[in-house]
Amino acid sequence: MADRVIYAMYDDEEILKDGAKVLVAKGIKVEEVFAPFPIHGIDPIIGVEETRLGIFAFIYGLIGLALATYGMWYFMITDWPMNIGGKPNESYLENMMAFIPITFEFTVLCAAHGMAITYLIANRTMPGMKATNPDPRTTDDKFVMELRTSQNTQFTAEEIETMVKGTGIIELEQKDI
Amino acid sequence: MEFKVSKKANKFTLSMIVIGLLFTVLGIATGYSDHHFLTRFLSNGLINSFFFFSLALGALFFLALQYATETGWYATIKRVIEAIMGYLPYGIGFMLLVFFALTLTNGAHIYSWMDPEIVANDEIIQMKSSYLNPIFFWIRTIVYLGIYFLYWRGYKKRSLEEDRVGGTEIHFKNYKKAAVFLVFFAVFTNTSSWDWIMSIDVHWFSTLFGWYTFSGIWCSSMTVIVLLIIYLRKEGYLPKVNENHIQDVGKWVFATSFLWSYLWFSQYMLIWYANIGEEVIYYMVRIEHYKVLYFGMFLVNFAFPMLLLMSRDAKRNAGTLTVIGIIILLGHWMDVYIMVSGGSMGANAEIGFLEIGMLLFMAGLFIRIILNNLTKAPLTPLNHPFLDESIHHEI
Repeated sequence: MADRVIYAMYDDEEILKDGAKVLVAKGIKVEEVFAPFPIHGIDPIIGVEETRLGIFAFIYGLIGLALATYGMWYFMITDWPMNIGGKPNESYLENMMAFIPITFEFTVLCAAHGMAITYLIANRTMPGMKATNPDPRTTDDKFVMELRTSQNTQFTAEEIETMVKGTGIIELEQKDI
Repeated sequence: MEFKVSKKANKFTLSMIVIGLLFTVLGIATGYSDHHFLTRFLSNGLINSFFFFSLALGALFFLALQYATETGWYATIKRVIEAIMGYLPYGIGFMLLVFFALTLTNGAHIYSWMDPEIVANDEIIQMKSSYLNPIFFWIRTIVYLGIYFLYWRGYKKRSLEEDRVGGTEIHFKNYKKAAVFLVFFAVFTNTSSWDWIMSIDVHWFSTLFGWYTFSGIWCSSMTVIVLLIIYLRKEGYLPKVNENHIQDVGKWVFATSFLWSYLWFSQYMLIWYANIGEEVIYYMVRIEHYKVLYFGMFLVNFAFPMLLLMSRDAKRNAGTLTVIGIIILLGHWMDVYIMVSGGSMGANAEIGFLEIGMLLFMAGLFIRIILNNLTKAPLTPLNHPFLDESIHHEI
């Protein structure tokens, strides 16, 4: 079945939000919204699944914690026991105080970098990736809502078009894919 | 909406006070013959009057912080903060009472620098005595408490006035006063924690101590604020306060717990690393006599909020917040207990009827007073300039 994508452009995020509410109330599924900044409160309206980025951050943090602990245990205790300032060096536990700042830093480093990279990959916005937003103006001051006919089979493309036109859009673009 | 203290709450606080008094009397009766009794009794007085005073002070600081940063989201919970802040005059009264008793008893081996006999035989205290002497101590104490009191009175007065007249004039006045208050507060929390708490271990000093005490104050105040909001919501008050506000206060509990843990650790690690006799003595005493309580308290105040309050859902869940809130509040009381008792009682400290009784008594009184304060003004401010923003707060 041919799929048709409808891009409705708005110049204000509040108008888009109100429009999305109206459309969703009529039973239309909004596939995606492109905006230059996060729109507060759009997620529950168009039914975006809650992000799992936080869970990933926690996992990356744990990896950092484990790596830092293992690394310091190996470098400072096992491989070449180091005696700094007369501290006992035969046990990790007794030296733990000294290792905590580095463990903490490495945990934060891994969590932050892991999270940023995951975010960029999940959004297909890694440097060098091809842009997927329909219109370059959505990175400036315009907001675009994307609808697909294949997800709204109870309406024809024309019906969707009329409904979308009633929500204060400034431009409408359609594309067959 | 007007708040009315329910019969159940009244009964609860009253029974806390009565049981507390009973335990205290039992504690006095069983411990009176002990020659450490006076030190023990006044230590507990200092611990509890300081702890509950600091909860009110933390609320005053938090309110000033909101004004100085022109924050909007907190407007619907402002009266809760003000109710906790309203304990301040009572807290000041208890503090003065304890300091008065300590001065009369030459420091009662708590403030050993107040005792002329000890000072005469102690060169280290003699070198500090131009700062640590009873007269200068009282001058400083009166200045701290007086300025806190004046700011508390001003904020309370202007808040009620704002309800009547509205407009933004009062808001900008609060804003300016808050900026000046924060400067006073930054200096005073440092110096007052040296005077009131650090001078118990009179030979010892730590430049981080003021921040450490302050972060404990801040964290416990945020916990009390969140607990009170949850209680009021459960009773059907504060209809405009929703999960978003609770999550934000929950975040403060989470963040200040980290701040406190960070400062605790910084102080501990630097002293552990340098390993200088006159510095490590502070921790030697605490590890030797309070090992389980001391590290247990740290773990509770650090690990509990870290692991259990990390997710967004936990910070929006009243049940989780209540359980964690009560546990870390006890943890921070324990922190103050060890700070004071470690220096004053050392090896002789124990937690018996007296400790539990005085804590229960003061806690009952504190809750009773803050609930009573809530009845004195509408639960939602009527004319706060950011009220609308706060009602539509969404995160």
